[in-house]
Amino acid sequence: MKKSAAVFLLLAGGVALAGLAFGQGKTKISIESWRNDDLKIWQNEIIPAFNKKFPDIEVTFAPSAPAEYNSALDAKLQGGSAGDLITCRPFDKSLELYNKGNLASLNDLAGMGNFSNVAKSAWQTDDGKNTFCVPMASVIHGFIYNKAIFAELGLKEPKTEAEFFKILATIKKNGKYAPLVMGTKDQWESATVGFQNIGPNYWQGETGRLGLIAGKAKYNTGGFLRTFQALSKWTPYLEQGYQSVSYPDAQNLFSLGRGAIYPSGSWEISGFRANAKFELGAFKPPLPAGAKKCYISDHTDIATGLNANSKNKESAKKFLEWMTTPEFAEIYANALPGFFSLSKAKIKLKDPLAQEFVSWRDDCDSTIRSSYQILSRNEKLNNENDLWAASAGVLNGTLTPKAAADMVQKNLDGWYKPKK
Amino acid sequence: MTSMRKLNRKFPVHILVFLFPAVLIYTVFMIYPMIDSLRLSLFSSDAKNVVHWVGLENYRELLTDPTLSNRLWGALKNNLIFFVIHMCVQNPVGLLLAYLLSLKIRGSVVYRTLIFTPTVLSVVIVGFAWKLILSPLWGISSHIPLLNLMNLGVENSALITLSLISVWQYVGIPMMLFLASIIRIPEEFLEAARVDGANAWTIFWKIQFPLLLPTAGIVGVLTFVGNFNAFDLVYSAQGALAGPSFSTDLLGTFFYRTFFGFQLQGGNPYLGSAVAGIMLLIILVGVLIYLFGFQRRIENVEL
Amino acid sequence: MNPKTKTFFSHAGVHTVLLIYTFIALFPTLLIVMNSLKARLSIFGAPLEPPLPSTFDLVGYQTVFSSAHFEQYFLNSLIVTIISLVLILGFGAMASFALAEYDFQTNPLLGIYLAIGIMVPIRLGTVSLLKMMVALGINNTLFALILVYVASGIPLAVFVLTAFFKTIPKELKDAGRIDGASEYRVFWLVLPLVRPALGTVAIFNMIPVWNDLWFPLILAPLESTKTVILGAEVFLGQFISDWNAVLAALTLAVLPILVLYIIFSRQLIRGLTQGAVK
Repeated sequence: MKKSAAVFLLLAGGVALAGLAFGQGKTKISIESWRNDDLKIWQNEIIPAFNKKFPDIEVTFAPSAPAEYNSALDAKLQGGSAGDLITCRPFDKSLELYNKGNLASLNDLAGMGNFSNVAKSAWQTDDGKNTFCVPMASVIHGFIYNKAIFAELGLKEPKTEAEFFKILATIKKNGKYAPLVMGTKDQWESATVGFQNIGPNYWQGETGRLGLIAGKAKYNTGGFLRTFQALSKWTPYLEQGYQSVSYPDAQNLFSLGRGAIYPSGSWEISGFRANAKFELGAFKPPLPAGAKKCYISDHTDIATGLNANSKNKESAKKFLEWMTTPEFAEIYANALPGFFSLSKAKIKLKDPLAQEFVSWRDDCDSTIRSSYQILSRNEKLNNENDLWAASAGVLNGTLTPKAAADMVQKNLDGWYKPKK
Repeated sequence: MTSMRKLNRKFPVHILVFLFPAVLIYTVFMIYPMIDSLRLSLFSSDAKNVVHWVGLENYRELLTDPTLSNRLWGALKNNLIFFVIHMCVQNPVGLLLAYLLSLKIRGSVVYRTLIFTPTVLSVVIVGFAWKLILSPLWGISSHIPLLNLMNLGVENSALITLSLISVWQYVGIPMMLFLASIIRIPEEFLEAARVDGANAWTIFWKIQFPLLLPTAGIVGVLTFVGNFNAFDLVYSAQGALAGPSFSTDLLGTFFYRTFFGFQLQGGNPYLGSAVAGIMLLIILVGVLIYLFGFQRRIENVEL
Repeated sequence: MNPKTKTFFSHAGVHTVLLIYTFIALFPTLLIVMNSLKARLSIFGAPLEPPLPSTFDLVGYQTVFSSAHFEQYFLNSLIVTIISLVLILGFGAMASFALAEYDFQTNPLLGIYLAIGIMVPIRLGTVSLLKMMVALGINNTLFALILVYVASGIPLAVFVLTAFFKTIPKELKDAGRIDGASEYRVFWLVLPLVRPALGTVAIFNMIPVWNDLWFPLILAPLESTKTVILGAEVFLGQFISDWNAVLAALTLAVLPILVLYIIFSRQLIRGLTQGAVK
């Protein structure tokens, strides 16, 4: 039996080899991505623009659903069937791919000089010596609101935490609308559009984030604990049944006009532009009592790298080089308002709401999500997923802020030892 | 096997011909990958992706490392609850429906066909559809208050809700199997009892039910195997994290997360294969208990 | 059971219970199909209402057909399902015939070997399968899917069909042999006699093959090789907030298998009641 299996494998292998001999001429490259929302933009705008310059390279954008992206990609990389270009998650996930030899170093790629070191930091080795993805975009956290409801109830954009909760109380008292539209069902949203959204103001942005990495700051004391406490005060203002409301459900609730304020980020702009029939406004995370300086989460979110085992490296590199140009930055940033290009080139944004978000960079200090760099490097427990569970627990009322903070810190201490 | 075999008449090339395609494909594309996976569970890789032999280390880690073993026991516990709900709801309801259908009332073919329909649908699609139906956004539950009890977002009801959705989908299988064996019970058995003046209740429990026990055993073992392999429903309704806070985590979703990773967390095929090995062991033990405990005893009773 | 039988339910009672359960079984599907034909506001405003002329809207289907190649997905699913079924039935029947008919030394062992696959989910071997498909150069083809489905379908087919072949009176076969028929000819002669069992095996394999998400996702995720379920799943991910499109895609994913089922359902029952499961 074994012998016949071997014969079969040999035969089939021969057929496969014969197949490889064909297929000269136009080179084909494909891009792995989790941005299935962007499929049309790639097909209709980005790839045609690239083909004007490089007609001999056929590019396929092959996205999978965000929740499946990492696992499907891992399986394809192990099986050797992954695409030539790989869309990079920021920090540890991509670093792991690089360390395992799945992503090639891009140090010598022409055009990498078009990005600042900060922009590249999400896709570098810890020592900063090797860069392995071309930075594409960052997203800025904040609150999007329904201007019609604000006008109806005579409300103004809140600047401080106190004003924020007063507005929520007013909307709740009126009773017609949910003050805050957000669910906890998918878990990640509690951490991402809740905790990481308002947090930088409490932990002073980079000071707090780097403090965690250095071991000087803790999740269960100071600004991080106060963030959990502030988050727990949202619970009475969330819509009915919020525990079963998924992220897309919340998008629908807001765009149907059933709620006033949507804690979120700039990546929602194009979706709401298409579906919401009312005017949209945005305000930045309100300042806690006593705070003077504001901080925003301006998170480096997406980049593209080269599959180290690609059979079409030359063509794939040409595409990557093109991605470093101002031409690409301009197309991308305007096709996807709310995804802000990380290129040094000055880009004109056409969407006013996107302009509003990006203008906060002038007044506030930027930081990124606290858990993304180094702290989620562990195989079994990682800080990001702990924050999901903790934040969802706080909003669901199953964890007190202190208990949630203690759990996150305890899990982190369980494996992470800061460098001395 | 009483029939006479005439093998010696000629060299049995034809036997090989008959068996070859099935055995070949099955061995290459089912057994080999399975064994290869088990082999993987004895290896590990380091940060540079160098693979080396570690023996049973992955299994030890799964059982002793606090974060991993918590998840493993949690998933096992949830899986048991999932199984118990199927045994207590799906199979009795299936039996009841089968009994009612066996009464040869008008339209029973139509009922039978319609009640079986959820079983033919894709679990992924079913999970997604129920998620929409139970979502507060759609507000079906404000029209049908009973659905309010089925809440996928709250820890103490999410697992039960998912189990009931799964019961809803698969009740057709025990129904069909029970129906088939009820129909096969010879009419004379029942007639004899009726002559003795037994009522339907007595007939069912004294005559029909004991004859259904072998089928009940098969239904039980099929439920067991299906439940301990379950994955798609939780995945499509709750995501791979099996929320809220892992309250719907089954061995299948735990395997998936360990094997393929999730979000920022990288996958570990070696540790994942060890989870698969444990699942295999559990299923094997279950099947053996059925074969040597249940089936034996029933055959003795019948004799 | 004859009509005189007293049951512990009255006839009206039996109908009531069955009607209620039938409703429960159909309600979710009906709800999805019904609302897929409505405008967005009435999906959310009056979900239990059937589509009326005033609320009728096919915009969801327009979105589906303009942004996904559902016709292609149907074709792929059909190709994969039909070829897999033909091979499972063909190879399965051949092997079962051998196991039921001939008494060779390794027979019982081989039977057990082939039955292991009923208990074990093939998904646990995914990475090895993917590696193998890549080595054979057939990843991203429907052929890879067919091989996996045939391999995982054979155990149940052999299990069921062997039991059936054993019930065929040996006089039939021996009559053929006396007339000088070869063993292959004998197999061909008795094959029609196990038709009900073939039907059962076909439907039991059709359901998981048509409905599988996992292997299309891993082995053949290209646009040109997507099956209906994968196509629907990717589409649902993309259009997750567009309920018109979501409901239309769910309907399209559900209807073909329901139609196939209705066509084959009599076969299934006949197979089951004639002793497919002993």
